[in-house]
Amino acid sequence: MPQTVFAPWENPDEKPLIQFRNVTKKFGDFTAIANLDLDIYAQEFFALLGPSGCGKTTLMRMLAGFEMPTSGKILLGGEDIAAVPPNKRPVNMMFQSYALFPHLSVWDNVAFGLKREGRDKSEIETRVSDMIRLTRLEKFARRKPHQLSGGQRQRVALARSLAKAPKLLLLDEPLGALDRKLREETQFELMDIQEKTGTTFVIVTHDQEEAMTVASRVAVMDEGRLVQVSTPDRIYENPNSVYVADFIGDVNIIEGSANQTGDKVLVNWAEGHSPLVATTAAVLQKDQTCYLAIRPEKIAITAEQPDAANVVQGEILDIGYLGNISTYHVKLPSGHVIKAQSANTRRIARRSFTWEDKVWLSWSDTAAILLER
Amino acid sequence: MRRLVLILVPYLWLIALFLIPFVIVVKISLSDVALARPPYFPQLDLTAGWAGIRTFFSELDFENFTFLTTDDLYWKAYLSSLKIAAISTALTLLIGYPIAYGMASARPEWRATLMMLVILPFWTSFLIRVYSWIGILSQGGLLNTFLLWLGVIDQPLTILNTEIAVYIGIVYTYLPFMILPIYANLEKLDGALIEAAEDLGCSRTSAFWLVTIPLSKSGIIAGCFLVFIPAIGEFVIPSLLGGSQTLMIGKVLYEEFFSNRDWPVASAVAVVLLVILIVPIILFQRNEQKNREASQ
Repeated sequence: MPQTVFAPWENPDEKPLIQFRNVTKKFGDFTAIANLDLDIYAQEFFALLGPSGCGKTTLMRMLAGFEMPTSGKILLGGEDIAAVPPNKRPVNMMFQSYALFPHLSVWDNVAFGLKREGRDKSEIETRVSDMIRLTRLEKFARRKPHQLSGGQRQRVALARSLAKAPKLLLLDEPLGALDRKLREETQFELMDIQEKTGTTFVIVTHDQEEAMTVASRVAVMDEGRLVQVSTPDRIYENPNSVYVADFIGDVNIIEGSANQTGDKVLVNWAEGHSPLVATTAAVLQKDQTCYLAIRPEKIAITAEQPDAANVVQGEILDIGYLGNISTYHVKLPSGHVIKAQSANTRRIARRSFTWEDKVWLSWSDTAAILLER
Repeated sequence: MRRLVLILVPYLWLIALFLIPFVIVVKISLSDVALARPPYFPQLDLTAGWAGIRTFFSELDFENFTFLTTDDLYWKAYLSSLKIAAISTALTLLIGYPIAYGMASARPEWRATLMMLVILPFWTSFLIRVYSWIGILSQGGLLNTFLLWLGVIDQPLTILNTEIAVYIGIVYTYLPFMILPIYANLEKLDGALIEAAEDLGCSRTSAFWLVTIPLSKSGIIAGCFLVFIPAIGEFVIPSLLGGSQTLMIGKVLYEEFFSNRDWPVASAVAVVLLVILIVPIILFQRNEQKNREASQ
């Protein structure tokens, strides 16, 4: 039986768990969030991605109840939550600094929220030990936060925020303080826990790799606006703007003027060079300024002139050796520097190209994405 | 070797300025009162050699300490001092904590100014500040004049020369010692902890009791000791603001020394006072030690 793909955002009958309706947030003269609309569905792992100061944290703090929208509405399960204070919302947050209570043990930190609900002792005990087992903290339950490592603290913070079984869990840069290896492991753990508990997660991050790894959908933000909201693969393969293409992953951007015939567009990008070809569904005016976004891994690098839709020649300026792949910076006669990647399938001693080699770069007409802005 | 020298400096300081004077006071407390100069007996006569030292020690006794137990003035004064110190510490905490809390939650650019305002009274002589309270609290003083003018009272209140005036004086004088350690503690408090508590279901009030208070506990303890320890032995405030019925050990000590010129009994009073104070001082040291370990 084929598994159904989890994509509630494509189902018009599905009711979103969270709805932002025309939400604006101002701090004095500064507009942190500008007229924003956004739907987040139950059981999603939703990532808010953007550079610092883009408003992603403000958006999250409004969900937690620490900030009030200046105008507009935020609905949770169809109800306006503006009047609900943070302690009454079915929303919990995992803080960037973890904000563990230093005077309480791991156990008491996790039990803190449950005790406030006035549940009976045995129930609290079961729930806390479940959470501690889920986050593999059994050995540390009696320790105080200052006796734990960064990764352990992160897990305590997660256990504490999950203990009350919130409808919505907010994660503010949850892995920012961990080193790379631990961060990657924890990303998969987070996904696992999200799947096990069925909680809706909203994660704020400035790390695009993290967002791509964990999220079912990613919202790319810039200056208080949503630039694109889509699945990680679409954000990567079909960015809707140069901003998104540039923010997510490595990309070559070539500016030119368009000359469309059918779904093919010829882009005049440099004088004395033949135009580059790309396919698009959009309709462009003649000589309209447009941008070609080409991912480095989609560009082939060869010594002989290949037979392809787009072929340019240049000289190797720099080689970035990353072990599994190498990134070549190739300078074209027009002055453009194009990044191309190739997998290092051979040992480095037998590498085909070196500095100042003349090489040919080529890519197909579907490899480049044509962007209007 | 260098470490030894470094450790030696504070120890020499303590020996010269604390231990030696204290040994002298203990010695006087074991002597007898005499009409002489200095007004006690025996004197150590080193010219007589060993025999002199032996006679000197044989003349020392615990008579003065036994005397302290025979007259109930002394233990009443000790108890009364403890009571006054305890109540004024509680009052100082009650007033000081909200001030420290307000300072810590003020905007950062205001904090230095507020801190300055708390410390500012130290720039005037302590004695002058206590004297000025006489002008405020006396029958025809500022406070009574003001209250009469408001019409709240129609007879001037007797505040000066009562225990209330002593409480006002102690709370006023020692308030900064309570505010500063609590403020230092609250200022370090991460605001995210309060948000986390609220996020997990606390109201503002319960977040205060469950997070803010426990996390400022060491500041509260430090502040209480800094007020309690000097308040027990306080002499200037009860003698200037308190009446004849206000009994405090500092006052008794002063009178024994200067009115009765009974140095041996006065020294005995001082030694017993120190023994009483050693308990809270050790507790205070332990609290400080624990904080230092926790912050490492």
